[in-house]
Amino acid sequence: MPIRVLIAKPGLDGHDRGAKVIARALRDAGMEVIYTGLRQTPEMIAEAALQEDVDVVGLSILSGAHLALVPKIRQTMDKAGLEDIPILVGGIIPDSDRPALEAVGVTGIFGPGTSTEEIVAHIHQLLISKDTQ
Amino acid sequence: MNDQVEQLLGGNRRALARLLTAVENQVVGLGEILSDIFPHTGRAWVIGVTGAPGTGKSTLVTALAKAYRALGKTVAIIAVDPTSPFSGGAILGDRIRMRDLSGDSGVFIRSMATRGNLGGLSRATRDAIRVMDAAGFDIIIVETVGAGQSEVDIALAAKTTLVVDAPGLGDDVQAIKAGILEIADILVVNKADRPGAKNTVRSLKTMLELGHPGSRSQVVAHHGQLLQVESKGEVEHHEEMWIPPIVETAASEGKGIDELIESINRHIHFLANDEALVKLESQQIEIELYDRLRDALMAQLLQKIPGNVFADVIGRIQAREIDPESAVEAVLAKVP
Repeated sequence: MPIRVLIAKPGLDGHDRGAKVIARALRDAGMEVIYTGLRQTPEMIAEAALQEDVDVVGLSILSGAHLALVPKIRQTMDKAGLEDIPILVGGIIPDSDRPALEAVGVTGIFGPGTSTEEIVAHIHQLLISKDTQ
Repeated sequence: MNDQVEQLLGGNRRALARLLTAVENQVVGLGEILSDIFPHTGRAWVIGVTGAPGTGKSTLVTALAKAYRALGKTVAIIAVDPTSPFSGGAILGDRIRMRDLSGDSGVFIRSMATRGNLGGLSRATRDAIRVMDAAGFDIIIVETVGAGQSEVDIALAAKTTLVVDAPGLGDDVQAIKAGILEIADILVVNKADRPGAKNTVRSLKTMLELGHPGSRSQVVAHHGQLLQVESKGEVEHHEEMWIPPIVETAASEGKGIDELIESINRHIHFLANDEALVKLESQQIEIELYDRLRDALMAQLLQKIPGNVFADVIGRIQAREIDPESAVEAVLAKVP
């Protein structure tokens, strides 16, 4: 069964090239990628993740607002009963910010130069360990 | 009864989402789930939206959903996009244009990939419609993948089928050929604020007059296939004809949507009056039964045919020792 992934761009920056490259790479890896487009609020992301019954949510953030956005999205998803859906973050995330994101349960953080294979492998690994839990 | 079905009937949205996944994945035990759900279906009005890519189907669906919400109706949307034949993956992007609908608990949007059923109405789509129906939505809108002519099958599940065209798509006649035109209950010319819209309307009108597709009451199911009945020289009097209206919309501006809903209402009314709805449904059920029977027989048959028979037969056909038709007979002869 194809893995379903939500790729969302929260916040206000309009650079979605990265998100689209990732969406394509995941599609080419056999996944079904629901792409939501720009400027998604945490509520919109949680709602889409629920309706689409995705296995993973991937957030693309280039605005620098990740420390504000990601915990809020995690919270909103948890409130919607989506605690079990992991969040990945891609974009420009300084190393010093990683612990804060990991602390709210982000399982993967992918900066510029990450190979798409690495992300695909991470998702596969994530879902295998989820299944065996 | 299955817990999830109970939650679904109680209005739990996560249960709905999960059951849609179960339907898409055709999970083990689905049969039982569907038979639990079935008594709760048949209440929603299913609207199919089809047409060539770039005609603005997603935008139209969004505008239509908004208008129905304003009328107090709940709306579920199934938006279909193609699966890549190479990787089996898909990019489902219809939500991008549907963002105006977010935050409304009276709307539920589900993106579905064709998963190898391009053009054909997959079993999953039919089942997904039933799941949404049982969840209690008033209106279910199914937006097909924009593949043009092959999208005819949506009429097998929808009660009202909209075929969407738009100006400036090149050859209008090419964009909407016979097959897809004939399934239209309502023709929508979207982007009607653009130059050339009048031409599109005119050419559709001409095609309607030429093709005379008539109503679907003239189309009969025959062993699981839709057949068009030739109209006799004089039209028999007992049945009123539904002539598909042409509605102009500019969905991104919300223009023409009220008129479209009015046309849909007239169609609902028409179907209800003439017992046409009963007939339509019985045709759809008959075709569905044939589809499912075919699938089931095929699955049974494949189990009985040893795997190596295929490889052997393919080799012989390739070597021109046997033709494909005789090969099929030879394979069937080996089935106990």
